[in-house]
Amino acid sequence: MEILVALTIGLLVAAGIHRLLGAGRINLLVGLILLSQAANLTIFASGGLRHDAPALIDGTTEPAVMADPLPQALVLTAIVIGFGILAFLLALILRSTSK
Amino acid sequence: MTPQLAILTALFAPLAGALVTLALPRRRAAFVVGAVALALSLAAAIGLVVATAGGAVHALHAGNWPAPFGIVLVADGFSALMLAVCQLVTLAAFVSAAWTLPARFHRRHLVPLVQLLAFGTCGAFLTGDLFNLYVWFEVLLLSSFALMSILPGREARAGTWRYVVINLVSSLLFLTAAGLIYGKTGSLNFADLRLRLVDADSAFLVESSAALLFGAFAIKAALVPLAFWLPASYPLLPPALGALFAGLLTKVGLYALYRVGTMVFGFDGDFPHRGVLFAVALLTMIAGVLGAIGQSGMRGILSFHIISQVGYMALALALFSPLAIAAGIFYLVHHIVVKANLFLVTGLVEERAGSSELNRVGGLLHASPLLALAFAVPALSLAGLPPLSGFFAKFALLRSSLDLGDTLAATAIVVVGVLTLFSMLKIWRGAFWGEPRAALPGRTPPAVGISSACLAAVTLAIGLACGPVFGLAESAANSLLDPAAYLDAVLGSANPVMP
Repeated sequence: MEILVALTIGLLVAAGIHRLLGAGRINLLVGLILLSQAANLTIFASGGLRHDAPALIDGTTEPAVMADPLPQALVLTAIVIGFGILAFLLALILRSTSK
Repeated sequence: MTPQLAILTALFAPLAGALVTLALPRRRAAFVVGAVALALSLAAAIGLVVATAGGAVHALHAGNWPAPFGIVLVADGFSALMLAVCQLVTLAAFVSAAWTLPARFHRRHLVPLVQLLAFGTCGAFLTGDLFNLYVWFEVLLLSSFALMSILPGREARAGTWRYVVINLVSSLLFLTAAGLIYGKTGSLNFADLRLRLVDADSAFLVESSAALLFGAFAIKAALVPLAFWLPASYPLLPPALGALFAGLLTKVGLYALYRVGTMVFGFDGDFPHRGVLFAVALLTMIAGVLGAIGQSGMRGILSFHIISQVGYMALALALFSPLAIAAGIFYLVHHIVVKANLFLVTGLVEERAGSSELNRVGGLLHASPLLALAFAVPALSLAGLPPLSGFFAKFALLRSSLDLGDTLAATAIVVVGVLTLFSMLKIWRGAFWGEPRAALPGRTPPAVGISSACLAAVTLAIGLACGPVFGLAESAANSLLDPAAYLDAVLGSANPVMP
């Protein structure tokens, strides 16, 4: 599982940089999106990947079998920020093409 | 007022200012509310400087959550000092910008955006957590993006894109580094990270994530070879906004470098990649000052000098002796004020002469001697002439490099200082000496003049009261290099207990 995620991150970074170096602003945008997904996956993987382990603290579950909730919260924050920036960049592109 | 309340005031006054000014339709009312909010934040920041002067550290555990788990806001000597200086410069730049910039900027929410920029910088200085630092960076970057995208014209749009993309790439590096550090140590709190990194067994993971972090901060701080976005975008800004950007943005990157390099990764007089930072700092100093020689406009020259001066401050960090760090902090304080002031003066020159291109203005010394004086004070301070603040900053840095026996650094400090003087003389000769090349169309707006005069007075005051200010810098440096008080304030007895 870790290897699969690591390969995906590598692929995302490679594709992201490739698009970032391409011509045109849409390419830049796509490149940035791919890179930010790679960063999100890195954080997600940094908490350790577990199968069937909810990140819920109910007082009875053993901490050892729970997933680490913090990386999930961090990824959520990063996704929201990334989405906001994506919206801003799209608006910037729209404005520079409409005039 | 308790220090905790001062932390909250410094942080949330600009946010409240942003929300209120967003709702105010009238330009003048928004201006007054914005200035009051920033002044309130500045007052709280000065209160924090006083409260932390003796090396005390005050932490605010948000929601009373204990430290490595909850969000913690920390004011130590370094962050309080930076906060006060940055709020001062923001206030001066805000007054100038809101007063002089055309209606186009006001229609696109200039006032709330500047407030949010101040909010982001305050948060970045006060946070005690790596991931929160990332979030604060995004807050201030997004406001700066929005400010920059107001600029009209094709060239400005291209510059905005350059600025946006490079900064987003740097944020992504930062985010990845934060993720890796969490994976390695299981914590993101600065104080907790330090404790965990002391006995880290794998040097490889620490060094790789440190490299990513330093790379991200180096882009934001504009260290060569990652600096060329800066002269491509800053000269496009109107000088009042240029003052804001020049004073704050690269310095927040430097602040992060100092904080992470010393407190999180710095043990036993060393931190990862110190040699690389040393080389990069020298390169930055020299490349910046040489780049300025090729420029013909005041905006361009000043933008390249930001790079060269950032090199000095990075060099102070790379030397890593207590005196060098104190010199670096003093340099930061001095530089933020001086550089913002130089941009304000550029704005005055543009208002008075219609341009700040050196081949289109001239003879301003005769037309308005006060304007010439307003330029001379920060320019000579930037070049490092006594008794202005820049002299003491350079002197302390030179002294620390000689103490360490580092003649290469000492030579670079002196040579780049002389070349800086050369650039300032070039502006002086081009804009102020000689005969006026054209009729001087405009008048200098009083609000900008007063802001610039206030900053010049602060420069003089830092120079004349060098002892006490350097004392503050030294205590800030001590708290970075030996953060026992910081660790105690965040994790120690003041830390709330888990219910």
